[in-house]
Parts: sequence; structure tokens; C-alpha cells
Amino acid sequence: MPSYSIVDTGNSRSFPVDHPFLAGAEDGGAVLVYLGIGAGDAWRADGSKTAILVELGTGCLGAVTGESRGEEGSNTLGFARFRVGDGAPSDLVELVRQPHSDAAAIAAATLMLEGAGLEVSLCTDAAGRILDRLLRPYFNEALAKLDEGLATADDMDLTLKLGLGYPEGPIELLERTGLHHHHDVTKALFETYGTRHYAPARRAVVAKQRAARGSGT
Amino acid sequence: MTEIRTVGVCGAGTMGAGIAIVAARAGYAVVLYDTNADSLERAATQTEGFFAKSVERGKMTEADRDAALAAYTRTTKLDDLAACDAVIEAVFENLEVKRGLLAALHKVCPEHTIFASNTSTLSITEIAGGCGREDRVVGMHFCLPAQLMKLVEMSSGLNTSEAVFAAAWAFCEALGQRPVKTKDAPGFILNYFLVPFNNDVIRLIEAGVAEPADIDKAIKVGMGYKMGPCELLDLVGLDTQVLLCEAFHGVTSDPRCAAPPLLKRMVAAGHLGRKSGRGFFTYDRNAMYGA
Repeated sequence: MPSYSIVDTGNSRSFPVDHPFLAGAEDGGAVLVYLGIGAGDAWRADGSKTAILVELGTGCLGAVTGESRGEEGSNTLGFARFRVGDGAPSDLVELVRQPHSDAAAIAAATLMLEGAGLEVSLCTDAAGRILDRLLRPYFNEALAKLDEGLATADDMDLTLKLGLGYPEGPIELLERTGLHHHHDVTKALFETYGTRHYAPARRAVVAKQRAARGSGT
Repeated sequence: MTEIRTVGVCGAGTMGAGIAIVAARAGYAVVLYDTNADSLERAATQTEGFFAKSVERGKMTEADRDAALAAYTRTTKLDDLAACDAVIEAVFENLEVKRGLLAALHKVCPEHTIFASNTSTLSITEIAGGCGREDRVVGMHFCLPAQLMKLVEMSSGLNTSEAVFAAAWAFCEALGQRPVKTKDAPGFILNYFLVPFNNDVIRLIEAGVAEPADIDKAIKVGMGYKMGPCELLDLVGLDTQVLLCEAFHGVTSDPRCAAPPLLKRMVAAGHLGRKSGRGFFTYDRNAMYGA
């Protein structure tokens, strides 16, 4: 496993608490990892590193590195440990590549993350990467259908748990992790994709308004 | 309301065969009907194999297996459903086919017989329309594989009587299943969410965002789902997904429900999923799932 160093800019969504990955960092590592909310701003290109990883929020890696003519790509990769709202981060890391990313950088980053007990899914630099892009329309539809009376929240959740083996239904998941957070993520995707399925559902808008007033969801 | 003792199942495909197993396992006399004798033979073989595994795994006694198989008959004659108190249809997902079947069953079955449709996409009200007993038709959508999955989505048509729906609900529970109530709406709950979600997955693959294995891993690890969407599509069958898309898109006009071009190309290439040995992944066996 390659050695790695961490530049922590604070408030990392991927690693909000202690984790073996944080404990395994050392000075002068072959891989440099920028963590936290200011990761993109702190990033500097460095060709001497095997790989550079930048923690992403809802934005794209291209916003950090720049991009042109589909020819972008270097030893810098993006990543985010998937989590829904205030829920705990999962063990899944979405590793973001560009069209001409270094194969050696991808291999080193994968080894490094897997060495810390995480699992890696590789994807291109798409807004929402894999999971948010797939899940947010589903969440919005569930909220809309609840309003339309397709079924009770309990029956909707139960159906998806029993029918598809989901550990948690969409309504209970969103209410547990903060519906207002869903609003923020799906709104960001809506700005990129522009299709109605990413537009925040009414219940998410309400939750956001209430959160803004400081009264929770 | 007449007690349900004998259950007819129309259609000996994967779903019909599974529903027949559920009914037989719950102690009902079962008559499995199909116009194709080969399908009936295959269903019988699968049923015997499934019950044999159930006994082997201690989920069923030998005596219960013998009783279930003794009360399990199969037929190519619709008239043989005349003694059924409930008939569950799981035939081809086509409105005219289902309407024709219910109208024919109405002439064969006693007045008290409840008709249930296992449709996953069609309207219960439309299926029941003109059958002669619209008040005794309910939606009972089992999940694949029916013999393993407990969930049944139940819905009333506009003309379904409350008493019949209540009786069908009790029957569903007596089958050992877990009913949930939903509206007579396209896809009910499960497929309403699943069909466009799976299409989004296919479009993600088509756009080169991620490989099927990476998407499945992301869903399983990130969300804790038991099965990835590509595995599930392969299990359901990519040709079935096309049919679902056609049914859904025709009713909803939702662009997410339209069959993605990659899906159509895979079906054209014979990459149908598990049933053909190749879909998003490759397979080397074709046994009944869960057997």
C-alpha cells in the first residue's frame, strides 16, 4: 500500500470522526490527500506525487483542476465517502477520474483506500457521481408519491424493504438523516442536469425552509 | 364470504410457478393452469425440486411436502378451475390477454370466486372491466421470486367491493405473505420506483460514468442493498425490463421510463441476463433462483 499524507482543511464529510485511514497518514507520503470543505481551494498540482486526492462535495473535480476539450486528467483524482445527510459515512468511496487520469494514480489511490478498510467504486467526473445521481430522483419521487397518497409512509418504506431488500425505506432514511440536506444535494444536481426529477420535492423544500428558520425538519 | 380452499393459478411461468408454490406450501389445494403443457411440466419439476430443498433444509416436513404435492394439480383446460375459490392470474402482461382470461374464468368459476391479478404495470380497474364480476377483482402483485419473497402489493379497482378486498387481504395473510395496500396506479409502489431507477442505472453505464460492477458495489456498500441493480436486472431479464418500460412509458410518458438505447441493443444481441447466460454479467447456471 502506498504511503500517504493528509492536508486537512477542516469539516471533512468523508472523515468527520477518527478512522483508520486518518491514523495511517504520515509525512512525505507518495500520495497526498486534501480533506475537508476547503480541499479544492487548498489543492496544488504536484507531479512528484504518485497521486493527489481531493475530497469533493456536490461539485466536480474539474472545478478544482480545470478542464478543456475533454483532454483533462493528471495524477489528481477526486473522491468522496458516500453518506446521506447527517447519516454516518458508509465504507463506499466514489473515486473520481477524468478522461486522461493516470492509471498509476488510480491504482495507488484504490490500494490506499482499500488498505484502510474502504471499498472503491470508480466513476467519471459526473455531478452526483454514481449514488447521488441515481438516488436523488428516487428520493424526490418517494416524497411526491407520499403527497399524492400512493401509500402511507410506513407502507412505502416497508414495500421497498421487503420487495427489494433495502435496509431502510426512503421516507425513514430521509427523515433520519435530514430532509433539508436532501434538498441541498438534489438542488445542486438540478442546476447541472435541469430535469424535473432532480428538482427538490415539496417536502424537501418545506424542510429546507424550516431548517433555515432554525426549527429543524 | 366463502372460505378459500382451492386456489387456481393461471400462467406457469416463473411468477405463476412461484405463486403456486406459495399457495401449496400454505396448505391450499392448487390448480395450475397454462395453455402450454411444457410450461406446466417445467413448473412441476421446479416445484418438486423446491420442496425437496425445503425438506432438506428443515423448512418443511416430508409429510407437508407430500400433502402439498398431492393437492397440486396442473391442467391445460380452463374448465378444471371450476372448483376454485380464488384464482390468481399471472399470464402475459397484456391487457387484452388478461381481460380475455378473466371473462373466460367468469363463465367457468362459481359466483363467489375471487379473481386476483398479479399484474405489475396494468390497471386493475381496466383488467376487471367487462369481465362480469368487476366487484370481485383485486390486484395481488407478488415479488420475484414469489416463493421466497413475502411482499404482496394489494390494490382495489374502482369497482372492487370492500368486502372482497378484505377477504383477499386475509387470504394473502393466510398464504404467509405480507400485504401492503397501494393505489391502482402504474407500477403500484415497487415498480413505480424500480423501473425508472434501473433505467437510470443503464443510462449511467451507457454514458460511461461507471462500470456495472462499480455501480452494484456502490449501491450495496453505500446503501446496504442486498443486490445491485445490474444483478437485479439480469435476474428479472433485460427483455422483461423492455416490456416494463413500454408499459410504463405508454401510461406515464415519463422519459425516465423509456427504454434506454443500450437496453434495447443488449436485448437485440441476446444478452437477456441470467436466462441467456449473459447480461451485465455472465452466468454459467440456469437453475430456478432460490432452489
